[in-house]
Amino acid sequence: MSLPLRQSLTLLWQGMGAIFIVIFLIYIVMLILPKIFKDKK
Amino acid sequence: MGYLLNGLMATTWQQLVMFLVGAFLIYLAYAKKLEPALLLPMGFGAILVNIPFSGAMNTTIVGIGEVTGILEWLFDIGIAQSEALPLLLFVGIGAMIDFGPLLSNPRLILFGAAAQFGIFATIIIAVLLGFPLKDAASIGIIGAADGPTSILVSQVFRSDYMGAIAVAAYSYMALVPIIQPFAIKLVTTKKERQIRMSYNPKSVSRMTRLVFPIVVTMVAGYVAPASVSLVGLLMFGNLIRESLVLESLSETAQNVLANLITLFLGITVASTMVAERFVRLETMLIMFLGLIAFIFDSIGGVMFAKLLNLFSKNKVNPMIGAAGISAFPMSARVIQRMGLEADSQNHLLMHAVGANVAGQIASVVAGGVILGLVPQMLI
Repeated sequence: MSLPLRQSLTLLWQGMGAIFIVIFLIYIVMLILPKIFKDKK
Repeated sequence: MGYLLNGLMATTWQQLVMFLVGAFLIYLAYAKKLEPALLLPMGFGAILVNIPFSGAMNTTIVGIGEVTGILEWLFDIGIAQSEALPLLLFVGIGAMIDFGPLLSNPRLILFGAAAQFGIFATIIIAVLLGFPLKDAASIGIIGAADGPTSILVSQVFRSDYMGAIAVAAYSYMALVPIIQPFAIKLVTTKKERQIRMSYNPKSVSRMTRLVFPIVVTMVAGYVAPASVSLVGLLMFGNLIRESLVLESLSETAQNVLANLITLFLGITVASTMVAERFVRLETMLIMFLGLIAFIFDSIGGVMFAKLLNLFSKNKVNPMIGAAGISAFPMSARVIQRMGLEADSQNHLLMHAVGANVAGQIASVVAGGVILGLVPQMLI
């Protein structure tokens, strides 16, 4: 397997992994924030 | 008087092709209403920069030396040196986004991540077609379905193909209503498209809306620092909107700032559409790869929704996954329409809007992740 192809495959799992980690952390934030700042209406 | 014919005599067939490309982009903008704010300036810009000895580009005048052309100057200042034009546009975009539908149904944000799959699938295919990794990454980012991110990443990587990438990104965003139904139908059954989803929005407090952009910037910044400029300016715009104490600035960002930058962004990017750099086989390949990116984005989102359904009691209509791309609000409307086609009582709009907004966050995160990862591989 050529180096660029190997790099692009590495990019696939590392990139998708990193995006999911960031998005998952934001998801956690979205779950926590409404519990801290309750809607008073 | 012979000099009056110099331009005519110097015209190459590639420049004639670019005039046709410019006219075609203007036609798409005018007659088909496809992203007119970007495609029309780009089309006219393509004509401007390909007129022989065009004064819109830097030219050398015998006896005087180099004279700066306005479009090349705008490109140098606004994109090459600072990436200011695409970045500042994010302030306007952030001010336009209402994260309410997403905050009231947080799990939709996961679809934003899944629908970035097209970026990486396209990078692999681009590498297989012989593009160097930095160019492949610049092409792959078309899959972010986010024009400014595509321009920014291709500029940071000094890709030769920025013009073609921008044309592909904006064209396919406008063609989402055609591309997505095709891609979604490839991987879903009618029964799956008929899945109904109840909509029970939770109310979102003002403080949550206010704190959200700040915390997202911090989280994204610490995990993927390269995304700070993208995410940060997007969230800055949103903070101005949600603060409710800067209504005039929010309105300016949404309208005047966004319009002004859009006005110059298209025609500035067109300065890269010079015939000798644009009329080549690679441009055709990039147009093809852009289409692949959008198709794989949609498929990635749908497959992720199907995966979630294996573990979830409340089934998600898999089409919602495809709305996780950044093309807002076209993608959400497509999903709503397809839901109604499958079942006339199946209203998916609000879920799709939430996923679509998630795509706007995920696309800038994806841009930052690509900017962070690729340079490490080039060392």
